[in-house]
Amino acid sequence: MSVLTEEQTILKDQVSNWVRDEASVTRFRQMRDSNPDFGFESGTWNSICDLGLAGLLIPEAYGGSGMDFKTLGVVLEQLGRGLTASPLVASGVVGASAVLLGGSEDQKRQWLPRIASGEVVATLAVDEKARHGPEYTALAASREESGFLLKGGKCFVPEGMAANLLIVAARTGGQPGDHGGITLFLVDGEATGVERTRLSLVDHRGHADIEFSDVVVSDGNILGTVDQGFELLDKVLDRGRAALSAEMLGIGAEAFDRTLEYLKTREQFGQMIGSFQALGHRAATHFMDMEFARSSVEGALEGIDLGSEDLAKLCSLAKCQVGDFLYNMSNDMIQMHGGIGMTDEFDAGFFLKRARVAEATYGNRAFHLDRYIATEGI
Amino acid sequence: MSDLSAFRAEVRTWLQENFPPSLQNKPPSNQAGRGAKFEGDMETWRLRLGEKGWSTPTWPVEYGGGGLSDKQAKVLREEMRAAGAFNPIGGFGTAMFGPTLLDVATEEQKKRYLPPIIRGDVHWCQGYSEPGAGSDLASLQSFAEDRGDYFVINGSKIWTSGAKEADWMYGIFRTDKSKKYEGISFICLDMKSEGVEVKPIMLISGQSPFNEVFFTDVVVPKENLIGEKNKGWAIGKHLLLHERQGIAGSGAMGATAYGLVEAARDYIGMNGDRLADGALRERIARQKMMAHAFSQTARRFTSEAAVHGPSPAIGILKVAWAKMNQDREELMIEIMGSRGLAWKGEEFNDEELGHVRSWLRSKANSIEGGSNEVNLNLVAKRVLGLKGY
Repeated sequence: MSVLTEEQTILKDQVSNWVRDEASVTRFRQMRDSNPDFGFESGTWNSICDLGLAGLLIPEAYGGSGMDFKTLGVVLEQLGRGLTASPLVASGVVGASAVLLGGSEDQKRQWLPRIASGEVVATLAVDEKARHGPEYTALAASREESGFLLKGGKCFVPEGMAANLLIVAARTGGQPGDHGGITLFLVDGEATGVERTRLSLVDHRGHADIEFSDVVVSDGNILGTVDQGFELLDKVLDRGRAALSAEMLGIGAEAFDRTLEYLKTREQFGQMIGSFQALGHRAATHFMDMEFARSSVEGALEGIDLGSEDLAKLCSLAKCQVGDFLYNMSNDMIQMHGGIGMTDEFDAGFFLKRARVAEATYGNRAFHLDRYIATEGI
Repeated sequence: MSDLSAFRAEVRTWLQENFPPSLQNKPPSNQAGRGAKFEGDMETWRLRLGEKGWSTPTWPVEYGGGGLSDKQAKVLREEMRAAGAFNPIGGFGTAMFGPTLLDVATEEQKKRYLPPIIRGDVHWCQGYSEPGAGSDLASLQSFAEDRGDYFVINGSKIWTSGAKEADWMYGIFRTDKSKKYEGISFICLDMKSEGVEVKPIMLISGQSPFNEVFFTDVVVPKENLIGEKNKGWAIGKHLLLHERQGIAGSGAMGATAYGLVEAARDYIGMNGDRLADGALRERIARQKMMAHAFSQTARRFTSEAAVHGPSPAIGILKVAWAKMNQDREELMIEIMGSRGLAWKGEEFNDEELGHVRSWLRSKANSIEGGSNEVNLNLVAKRVLGLKGY
């Protein structure tokens, strides 16, 4: 890990201790078993807000602590290690970034303090098909006398069950596939015509499909400029991609540590199984992949903080690198643990399942590989 | 910050006064210290930069180095790049032997060996591998017999790059046959000594960058011993950390001007705004991303090493670098199709002929400087703490 500031080190220790004591994988298992409607425990979310993490990116003027993405990454890595289920990425990163980057002063004053306190859970509703593709937004927003009427469906909305502020990408012009003609709207989760269906996915988190049936949105709830929303959407998504990559790094790092520990304790043929080169070399290779993923994740987070011109490239690189690492590590966690890894009683399956859902969220590796190489002009 | 700005101004002025404009963006194909002999403006530039010590910017001033901080060295690199300037001095001396001397040598040895390395006056080669000692390097047999005031060396070294042109060799030699690791010493010798014979090795690429070096009763003064007698293994290993660190610092290594994307456009062509071959497009993307992540990691490791010293985790960079380089070379000749398999002839252009040779050369990347298998063993043992390696 690159050298941390004193502030980052203190925060890292604080969050790491909290995850160990209050939000470990054991707590995730309890959440899975009790199956709350929102896909996370309200107590866990309240503690995250009490720690000030929901407003970490939000400037002090709007009730947050105004820290940078590099610091956020330190926090998310620790939460990833505990598989901690919460709307922090969806709301505190993606939701907050959307309002910060696209909001008017009024909108910022209205929403940011409540996102920071955790009173409002915000989320971005973008996907409409199984494959992520923001420019294929088709959900119709038609002009009314004062505002717009939304009609259509969104799928795989992260924290879609808990969210009371929906940031909806809709089409106000052009055709699905066009960058032009996309507009972002702030939609009250309780608005008439909003209907959610809980998606029970393998990671037991709170995803939802959301149907919009003639939902009225006033002009005051347009986020950014009408028809010009794609660039904002892409910027917001990139912040989500970088943040989720940091969480994925934590998931993979924990899977790596647990597997390495097993290689050092499990004996077969009268010796530790880690002494066999077939396993030791694979562990060393996972370590290499983890280090590369870490560099790319830090590169993306720093890129956001420094306002890099290459941000799209850096974020796609991060999601791909950490995606490769986590894919291989989550598979090998089970393989290296042998039969016990296949049991529900053991935690390895949780890592595998969360890994795949995070992989599909905000664009999988195939999406980001294509996006990365497109910047090279081929 | 203001100190750095002042330094930046100083560098800029110095470059204006000393870097010959005729050399702008024309780095030599080979560096002084790697066997290159210069004349004209290039020689002038070598002498000026070497005299200033900026060929080795962070080395101490008392041995002729630049004495710069890491931040100043970064400024120097930035200003050199901006001015189209380059470092004409390099090789084993600046990359590995010099840093090792700074860590372990006596004051007298530092004063003797470092200044010519900094100026690029002396070309060093490295005597490590032997026919019977490759991955198991410590089983080396070349024997330096202690005769009081001097050693007498008999035996041979193999895979010695640049030995044909080298002035001096540093290497590890057996000084006690009864012990393996504790019977090895780190010794320097003049390649012009009587009894040293160099034979080039022809490789699958048709080139001979490596040599065998034979020693027959070669007399070496005792003052050429670095560190204590029979304690050279630790020094030899320490030097390899600098070698891997050197690889870490060479993120752009192998990134030639004619890149994969350009080649893909030339040899495959486009279908609209996408490469016509989707499968190769994906592989080029993976290769570009690997190279990007490699340079991010190399940069991160370099800045961490500046605080904590070389780490054994650097071994993974060597493995990754070998894979990256080999994959890139394979991909390049595959993109070129049948034109990427040329051995010789005027029908083929320089890129085609060159990439076939560098593709073949790259097969050594996962063997030289510690094979992939040895590096993975080292990481398993020293970084992951696994037993049995």
